[in-house]
Amino acid sequence: MANIVTGIGTSHVPSVGAVIDNNKEQDPYWKPLFDGYQPARDWIQDNMPDVAIVVYNDHASAFGLNLIPTFTLGVAEEFPPADEGYGPRKVPTAVGDPDLAWHLAESLILDEFDMTIANEMSVDHGCTVPLSIMFDKPEQWPCKIIPLCVNVIQYPPPTGKRCFDLGKAIRKAVEAYDKDIKVAIFGTGGMSHQLQGERAGLVNAEFDQSFLDRLTTDPVGLTKIPHVEYMREAGSEGIELVMWLIMRGAMGDEATETYKFYHVPASNTGAGLIVLEDGSQK
Amino acid sequence: MNREYRDIPGTYVMDGQHCRKGYHLNMFCMSLNKAENRDEFRKDEAAYLEKFKLTDEQKKAVLERDWLGMLRLGGNIYYTFKLAIFDGRSMQFVGGAMSDVTEEEFRQMMIAGGRPVEGNRSKKEQEQSNG
Ligand SMILES: [Fe+2]
Repeated sequence: MANIVTGIGTSHVPSVGAVIDNNKEQDPYWKPLFDGYQPARDWIQDNMPDVAIVVYNDHASAFGLNLIPTFTLGVAEEFPPADEGYGPRKVPTAVGDPDLAWHLAESLILDEFDMTIANEMSVDHGCTVPLSIMFDKPEQWPCKIIPLCVNVIQYPPPTGKRCFDLGKAIRKAVEAYDKDIKVAIFGTGGMSHQLQGERAGLVNAEFDQSFLDRLTTDPVGLTKIPHVEYMREAGSEGIELVMWLIMRGAMGDEATETYKFYHVPASNTGAGLIVLEDGSQK
Repeated sequence: MNREYRDIPGTYVMDGQHCRKGYHLNMFCMSLNKAENRDEFRKDEAAYLEKFKLTDEQKKAVLERDWLGMLRLGGNIYYTFKLAIFDGRSMQFVGGAMSDVTEEEFRQMMIAGGRPVEGNRSKKEQEQSNG
């Protein structure tokens, strides 16, 4: 049987990808961030999953306003990096796991989560930056990738509770998969930030740190945060944090925190990273 | 429909009404994902805009790079930022332009911890404190 053994929560700030691509990690502005990432990078090398389900949002790259699916699961053989306006990032094409992805799609839909299925999809910084944060600059990503794209741009995104419940259904589906593999799930985006309007630049470190703490102490409480509270307290784009709750739901009740890090600023955001492990295995 | 979020200052939430208003503006911005479209836009911006059903106000906001104006006319930052990418501008530049400071001032604000949430939670609260 397959197991979800690792949960990663991380921001997916595009400029962090650019810093990695241009080898600027040691610049004084960026060094504290990358110093904070290092323990998680070291840890995952010793705990490499076979497959990573990456929960992220697309930013007007693969999806426009013409079709706005709430949850899209990528079942393709591979997912090339998208051209977001600068030409595609020079990172490896993500190799999918169509067998597990189709198992997930079928299981989730029969479990009443009406997923959109993507047979062709490019992935933007939302998906590729978390991979760079965890895996640095390999020739190929060290595991297979299943992208799970969530609409958080068009209001309303799915509720935190819906995301959490989807995570639980993902866990159930993975545990019913017949191959003996280790699966990680990444919840990405956020943390507090607002890119738009006269309130651009808003960061709420207190909100972010409390969110990180409550991922282990009070995850169910987090699922009750309404959209307006995310927008008000964590900035209009801070609502991306609902995606972390898919990851959290998938980690089950006994998840334990292995590592946590927070830093302001990464570009225009509060940047967080958390590593959760499946406590039920211990 | 509860639209309590309209009370958040300086924030243009992409709800259905906003999407309807800005659909063509945003889809023009997204077209700049393609290199051939960027080339065509570069050659003659106004002519390229004619391919999309923008209002005259929206066209003007695009040509003048009125970043806040675009949001007010239905733009969404993830889309309008495609135009900033086209211009080689950073998110700090655009953030500064929308909040009326320079790119460097905006960058310094971020280094100092960002714009505080205190005093920026609600329009009602701001009006009360301004007496
Ligand atoms: Fe994002």
